[in-house]
Amino acid sequence: MPVSCCDLWTTVGKKYLAAAAGLVFLVFVIVHLGGNLLLLLDNPNLYNSYSHHLVSLGPLLWFGEAVLLAFFLLHAVIGTLVYIRAREARPVGYHEIADAGKPSRKTLSSRTMIWSGIVILVFTILHLITFKFGEHYTVVVDGIEMRDFHTLVVEVFQKPGYVVWYLLAMVLLGLHLRHGFWSAFQSLGVNHPRYTPFIYGLGTGLAVLLAFGYIVIPIYVYFKY
Amino acid sequence: MAKNMTVYLKIWRQPGPDQPGRMVDYTLQDVSPDMSFLEMLDVLNTQLIARGDEPVEFDSDCREGICGSCGMVINGIAHGPLKGVATCQLHMRSFDDGATIVIEPWRARSFPVIKDLVVDRSAFDRIIISGGYVTVKTGQAPDAHAIPVPRPDQEKAMDAAACIGCGACVAACPNASAALFTAAKISHLAYLPQGRVEARERALAMVRQMDAEGFGNCSNHGECEAVCPKEISISTIAKMRREYLKAVVLNPE
Ligand code: FES
Repeated sequence: MPVSCCDLWTTVGKKYLAAAAGLVFLVFVIVHLGGNLLLLLDNPNLYNSYSHHLVSLGPLLWFGEAVLLAFFLLHAVIGTLVYIRAREARPVGYHEIADAGKPSRKTLSSRTMIWSGIVILVFTILHLITFKFGEHYTVVVDGIEMRDFHTLVVEVFQKPGYVVWYLLAMVLLGLHLRHGFWSAFQSLGVNHPRYTPFIYGLGTGLAVLLAFGYIVIPIYVYFKY
Repeated sequence: MAKNMTVYLKIWRQPGPDQPGRMVDYTLQDVSPDMSFLEMLDVLNTQLIARGDEPVEFDSDCREGICGSCGMVINGIAHGPLKGVATCQLHMRSFDDGATIVIEPWRARSFPVIKDLVVDRSAFDRIIISGGYVTVKTGQAPDAHAIPVPRPDQEKAMDAAACIGCGACVAACPNASAALFTAAKISHLAYLPQGRVEARERALAMVRQMDAEGFGNCSNHGECEAVCPKEISISTIAKMRREYLKAVVLNPE
């Protein structure tokens, strides 16, 4: 029986793609947080030098950005298609729906993947506009002229509205990861009586930790400057 | 002996496939807690017939949880509140005296309602026809130990083979996905040497058919496992994905 690339676009194939893209994003989100935590240090130039290093990567960075963009779109498209297909697959709903309880993994998180995903999508676009394509301040560190991201971050995080929106988006990111992490493994066919409960727990832990990490920064910056 | 109870039923009534349906209220008195859920519906139907009304149509056959004919969503849960049983194995003692019980058919585009609580599940048959079998020359039964099967594989195959094809997984799934059913059938054969020969073709054909039937896309809610009367694990869904990955990516032809 011959196969074509359409076989990767079945309900099973899409899950591999969504899972792979999701895991790539998890790595990105962890690395990005690592960089951002430099904002908690007293020396603003550490953060600026770090971002300058990244920008200096040139083509390597563009390649990374292109990969991220492609995976982001793929993940978003598949998520939307899963949602639409679910609506089509049950045109008449139930009068009453209850949760069947254990061992179900149905949670607030799993039920709201499409909505948390959409908020993260909107957030990411605005985030890029605000920072990457935002105001261009410059600073000279050790004789090298570079973009002053630190000043921009401090300026943006002085607006209470922006901070609140940022916090909300990060809570939803955590909510998305809480189901997304273990779900990615299950989608790739990784399920084991001993390790799956661990992976499930790890996903919850990671979600809380990452959301917390991202939330601390704007709050710190808001109150410090 | 526990005293008899009164229940307030809200049942989906639909005269035919393309006709509109609605929830209808019935009050049923003097229900023994030892009655099975289907016997309770039998009593209701006897009363409806005596009154000259249409009885409530529902599927059942073995009434002991092995055929997969019965199935309805009871108070929002496929097969009702009791774990690991089909509707026919549920008894009225699982409900309180004076309880309101909402009864609806499986809801999925691929399971169209035929009448009242009866749905057409032939989509499952077509998934089986697409590959849920092994091609063997029948004849004399071979010796049971002719092909050795490791114990853990026997167990996994038997756990998956317990699927009775009732459709509760689809009914409970927020996506109306048939992943658990299809996965149980694919896993059941994939764990056995007799099933390995056609494992690749089977995984491809059954997944394609499952999609062609219009079931939803599994997103790992795991609600299916929680309502399955045979408690089939979603680890079979992971197994299906491994089999499918082998077929499409690792071993394409
Ligand atoms: S009637 Fe056979 S499983 Fe319920």
